[in-house]
Amino acid sequence: MGFFFEVLIAGLLSGVMYSLVALGFVLIYKASGVFNFAQGSLVFFAALTFVGLMEHHLSFGVALVVTLLVMIAVGLAIERFVLRPLVNQPQISLFMATIGLSFFIEGLAQLVWGASVRGLDLGIQDEPIAWISDRTGINISKFDLMAAGIAAVLVIALALFFNRTRIVRALRAVADDHQAALAVGIPLQQIWAIVWAVAGFVALVTGLLWGARNGVQFALTFVALKALPVLILGGFESIPGAIVGGLIIGATEKLAEVFVGPYVGGGIEGWFPYVLALMFLLVRPEGLFGEKIIRRI
Amino acid sequence: MSAQPDPGRQVALSVNNIEVIYDHVILVLRGVSLEVPDGGIVALLGANGAGKTTTLKAISNLLHAERGEVTKGAIEFRGQRVDRLTPNDLVRRGVCQVMEGRHCFAHLTVEENLLTGAFTRKGSRADIAQALEKVYHYFPRLKERRASLAGYTSGGEQQMTAIGRALMAQPTMILLDEPSMGLAPQIVEEIFAIVGDLNARERVSFLLAEQNTMVALRHANYGYILENGRVVMDGQASDLANNEDVKEFYLGLSTAGRRSFRDVKHYRRRKRWLA
Repeated sequence: MGFFFEVLIAGLLSGVMYSLVALGFVLIYKASGVFNFAQGSLVFFAALTFVGLMEHHLSFGVALVVTLLVMIAVGLAIERFVLRPLVNQPQISLFMATIGLSFFIEGLAQLVWGASVRGLDLGIQDEPIAWISDRTGINISKFDLMAAGIAAVLVIALALFFNRTRIVRALRAVADDHQAALAVGIPLQQIWAIVWAVAGFVALVTGLLWGARNGVQFALTFVALKALPVLILGGFESIPGAIVGGLIIGATEKLAEVFVGPYVGGGIEGWFPYVLALMFLLVRPEGLFGEKIIRRI
Repeated sequence: MSAQPDPGRQVALSVNNIEVIYDHVILVLRGVSLEVPDGGIVALLGANGAGKTTTLKAISNLLHAERGEVTKGAIEFRGQRVDRLTPNDLVRRGVCQVMEGRHCFAHLTVEENLLTGAFTRKGSRADIAQALEKVYHYFPRLKERRASLAGYTSGGEQQMTAIGRALMAQPTMILLDEPSMGLAPQIVEEIFAIVGDLNARERVSFLLAEQNTMVALRHANYGYILENGRVVMDGQASDLANNEDVKEFYLGLSTAGRRSFRDVKHYRRRKRWLA
C-alpha cells in the first residue's frame, strides 16, 4: 500500500509540473481563444536565456530579474508585431501565427545562446526527503515537492490576479468576439499585452523548473505537448481546469505505468495521457471546467 | 452661441468628407459627409455595399480591425476630432456602436453580456446595478432571459442584448447597424419602438444604418442615402419617404405601376442619382 501511495504522490507532484505548462496555454486561450503553439518555445527561450546569463557570471537573482524583463518584453513585442495586425482575423490565422512564432523564437534562442545542452542547478536536490521516508516508508523527492510548492504559489497568484470578475468577463468577451469587445470599449490591445507578458512570466518559471529537471535543451519545447491532454481534460479556458487536469494526468500516467505497464510490456507513460484525453473528448469535449460548447440546431 | 429653443439643432456628430480605403487599395467611401443633431435619429440608407457599415465603423474606429483606414476628411464629436481615438476612448466619450449581426458574446449569459458593456464605467457597483435595471426596464424580455447563454437566445433577443450592452456604457450616441437584419417584422417594430423610446426619454442620439428603408424612414427624423460610397440624397425623413426616386428604387413603388426587375435595372442604369 505504501508503494501505491508513493507512486500516487510522485504522479501528483509531476502533475503539478504539467499544470504549470498548461497554465501558460490557458492564459492565452482565455484572452484570445487561440491555442498558443509558441508556449513551448517561450519556455525554452526563458530557460536558455536564464542559463546563458548565468554563464556570463551574473548572480542568480540578477539573471532571474533580467530574464523576467526579457520575457515581458517578448510578450509585449508579440502583441505589438504579431497579434495587433491580426485582430478580428479568423482564429486559425492566429493559430498559424503562433506556429510561425514558435519556430522564430526557437531559432532566435539558439542563435543567441547556442544549441548545446546545458544543465541548470536551482540548488534543490532531487533526492527523497529523509524525514518522510523514515516515518512512513514513502519516498518523496525534495525537488518535486519544491517545484509543486512554487507552482502552487504561482497558480494562487494568477488566480487572484484574474479573480476580478470585471477582468474575467472582459477576457471571456475578447475570446468570444474581438470586434464586439472593441465595440463595447474593452481595450483589447492592453489586455493582450498584459496577458502575453504574464504568459512570458509563467514560461520563465516553467522553464526553470523543467530545465532543472531535464536539462536546458531543445526537447524542452516538447514539454508543451504534454500540456495538450491536460488542457483537453481540464478545459482550455480554465485555471482550475489546468490544475485538476494536470493532477489527473500526472497521477494516472504514473499509476498506469507502474501497475498496468508490466502487463503490456511497459513504456505506456508516454502515450497513456493522450488516450485518456481522447476518451475524454468523446464524453465531454469541453473538458471538466471549460466553457460549454454552444450548438444551435 | 444663441439660446437653443430646439436642442435638436445642435450638432453632436459631424462627418466631413471622409474617404475610406480598405487594404490600401479598395476605395469604399469617396467623400461622405453627414451630421447627427443632438437627440436626433438619423437614418443612413442604401443598398448592399453602398458603404453604410463602413461609415459607421469609420466613426467608431472599428475600421482598423477590418484593415480599413480613413484617408481623408474629418470626424468630429461635440466639436472635437475623434478619428484618431481608439474605440475604447470613443466609448468613454459616449459613442457606442451596435454592430450588424448582433455580435453577442455567445458563451456569456445575457446579463454578463450586458455587464461587459459597463467595462469603461468607473461607477460603483450600485451605479452599474442601476444601469442594469434601466436596461431591463426597456427590455423586459432580457430580464426573463438574463441567465441564458446569449448563444441560445433568439435573434430578436440577441439584438436587444446588443443594444442593451451598448446602453450600459451610458452613451449619448449609438451607431446602430442594421437592427432589422433577419428579424420578424413584429420584432423589428418592437425594437424600433424601443429605439424611439430611448431617444425620447434618455436623449440618446441614433445614427441608424438600414436596408429596410420604409421602417427606418418611419422612425428617423432625417435620412441620408448612400450609393457607391457617396451621399446621393439627403432630407427630412418624411420628404425622403415621399420622394419618387426613393419610392421607386428602395420601396419598389412606382407611379407607372409594377415593372419587372429587368426594366428597373435598365432604368436605373440610365438615370443615375447625381445625373
